[in-house]
Amino acid sequence: MIEKVLKGKSTYWMWLAVLGTFIAIGAACYVRQYMFGLGLTGMSRDVSWGLYISQFTFLVGVAAGGLMLVLPYYVHDYKAFGKITILGEFLAISALIMCLMFIMADLGQPLRGLNVIFFATPHSMLFWDMCVLWGYLLLNCLCGWVILTAERKQVHPPKWIYLFVYISIPFAVSIHTVTAMLYCGLPGRHFWLSAIIAPRFLASAFAAGPSLIILACLVMRKFANFDAGKEAIQKLTTIIMYAAIINTFFFLLEFFVGYYSEMPGHMHSLEYLFFGLEHDGHVYNNLVPFMWGATLFSFTGLGILAYMKISKVFDYRLVGVASALIFFSLWADKGLGFVFGGFVPNPLNEVTEYIPTANEIGITIGIWATGFFILTLLYKIAVGVEHEVES
Amino acid sequence: MYNKGTIIPGLMIFIVFVTFPLWYNGLSAGTVPKPDLPIGQKECVAPASEMRDNHMKLLNQWRDAVLRDDDRVNVKVGGKEYRKGLQTACMQCHTDKEKFCDTCHTYAAVQPSCWDCHLTPAVAASKKETH
Amino acid sequence: MDTKRRKFLKIAGAAALAGIGAPAIVKLTSSAALASEAVQHETAAHGEVAAATGVRLGMVIDMRKFAEQPELLDQAIAACNKVHNIPHFPNDRKNEIKWIWKAPYANVFPELESIHKSEMAKKAPFAVLCNHCDNPSCVKACPTKATFVQPENGIVGMDFHRCIGCRFCMAACPYGARSFNWQDPRPFIDTYNAEFPTRMRGVVEKCNFCGERLALGLEPACVEVAKSAGAMVFGDLNDPDSEIRKVLDKEFTIQRNPAAGTKPSVYYIV
Repeated sequence: MIEKVLKGKSTYWMWLAVLGTFIAIGAACYVRQYMFGLGLTGMSRDVSWGLYISQFTFLVGVAAGGLMLVLPYYVHDYKAFGKITILGEFLAISALIMCLMFIMADLGQPLRGLNVIFFATPHSMLFWDMCVLWGYLLLNCLCGWVILTAERKQVHPPKWIYLFVYISIPFAVSIHTVTAMLYCGLPGRHFWLSAIIAPRFLASAFAAGPSLIILACLVMRKFANFDAGKEAIQKLTTIIMYAAIINTFFFLLEFFVGYYSEMPGHMHSLEYLFFGLEHDGHVYNNLVPFMWGATLFSFTGLGILAYMKISKVFDYRLVGVASALIFFSLWADKGLGFVFGGFVPNPLNEVTEYIPTANEIGITIGIWATGFFILTLLYKIAVGVEHEVES
Repeated sequence: MYNKGTIIPGLMIFIVFVTFPLWYNGLSAGTVPKPDLPIGQKECVAPASEMRDNHMKLLNQWRDAVLRDDDRVNVKVGGKEYRKGLQTACMQCHTDKEKFCDTCHTYAAVQPSCWDCHLTPAVAASKKETH
Repeated sequence: MDTKRRKFLKIAGAAALAGIGAPAIVKLTSSAALASEAVQHETAAHGEVAAATGVRLGMVIDMRKFAEQPELLDQAIAACNKVHNIPHFPNDRKNEIKWIWKAPYANVFPELESIHKSEMAKKAPFAVLCNHCDNPSCVKACPTKATFVQPENGIVGMDFHRCIGCRFCMAACPYGARSFNWQDPRPFIDTYNAEFPTRMRGVVEKCNFCGERLALGLEPACVEVAKSAGAMVFGDLNDPDSEIRKVLDKEFTIQRNPAAGTKPSVYYIV
């Protein structure tokens, strides 16, 4: 099936070329970082995790979002998702590869990465994160490939693959729960020390993943002659709505806990993110526009989806706009706000702000471009098989 | 054989490339390195042949013993006691990294990362405290 | 292929996988047991301290003495920096490496912050360092056991050889005690101590309670400087007859963020 990536229209090759350029720039930036050290990023002694880990955290969620396609189809027999479960599985593969690349980019001594396996430490959540990430990656590769091959040969998938499909369902929940556990078990950081982190991560994941899939479906509908079907897209928008509303509800609860109790530990990080924190005469507020932008995007996106549901209108452009708005709002919420907010203020109640450097952004965009490159190739295979079967 | 005209020349070029390290230096492995031994010292922690084979393992054992197991029992070399460690034992006698350690490492194309952190006497002297 | 041959191949493949996987599983389960042994400490009844065993090194910092002689703290910090080849990044909050440093009371004890503090608490810079906790969250977080509790003396050690630079420990530490080498530190080291290595870029570092000096019968570098004024007392917290225990019996002390449950070994007299 891999030969399907070798034939395509000029739009396909141009898209790959654009991505390839960003990948090349990212690779060059990474070489610079590898030679000098992580000092080429904007991370500091106080904000010791930056863009790389925040993107990793967000992308684990996107990978887990594929569950929202697998669960209805394989467990609840929702036939309308038949065409697009493969898209969810392939998105998980691409997102997980991006996650692993971000972690490698973030390590101070990447060549020692195998120490996590040689000196396995079960009491460290990073160890389990590695396990479940790799496990879910392999599961998706296996399930996606076997089922797509069966579809191409127009036979039923072999019975044993369903065991792995059913295993992948709790695995999807586990990857993002374990990633949340990285944060919510640390006693020194009150912003992260909350039981609702894991549920919030899952809710935002189940909105972010399907949003990206809808956007991919709309792009493929225009350029690749692939129609997921109106019913599938509509059901996905319903799922996104519920998940995004639950995520907003959880976030508002965190606001209540912080601002009603007025405990500095629970309040100050939210204050930094949304209103700016004043320390020693200086106001630190470089994330405020992102957080309010995210809020605006989220409510606008939800508003569009609600309007479409209530007035029973269906317009692909509105769906695309709403999905993009919700995707970006969740990216800012989890990718920027959540991770950076935990480091401000630091355990000594001091504030160091984090501004990523150009080199760091170059590597980040390069890894995103790699992910989209792999996603394009995988979706090309899926769409190719779809076309082959239809004819 | 199909495509004989392409495959045979291709194989020949491949064999030439793959055996490059063998024939480039005229089938010689180069001169065996002679590291400068420390003057006046005849003994090391273990016999020379054993050290040649196992010094990496020994250093790793010392590292784990000192750092992780708090086993800082001194090693005895030639009647003197040294604290276990690259800087505190080995380099007290083998003071010149370039003339001792590097001769074999360069020959074997090995790049140990020890000296990223551990100071040679020469480097340490470059920023010595001036009273 | 007939079914008997297929069945044989399936069984052979499964057996090969099991054979390859078995040593890995044995290693994983055995090291898990070792890890829990190393980290495990006395299980006590709720609120009580169980009978302590072994050596448990700790420190009492008498801020009253430091407040009387402000330059003493600077000297103690300089002594540590010299002995451990700590690089100097002036006014660089991004790259700075701090093993022991000074900060105002309000920053060292943010959870004990009050509106009306004593003059000393308002003005004097307090000594801050790794607390070498009994239940350290950094050790819990480390995925390679590059940081670990030394059972022989209670020091939270750092193995720079094994650290992969993931900085999870820095996120986990409730005291901000850890620094990371964002670049090669050597250009920024003023003088080299030939007895101690530098670190390389990409590893985390922190105060190590001068384990290498303790092995030679010396006291930690900072304590050696501050001892003359009685500003720092260092010793075995588990030994009821030690000087540090006598000081702790006599004076009221506070600790940083006790609610975190990390059981620090550093006490402050304010």
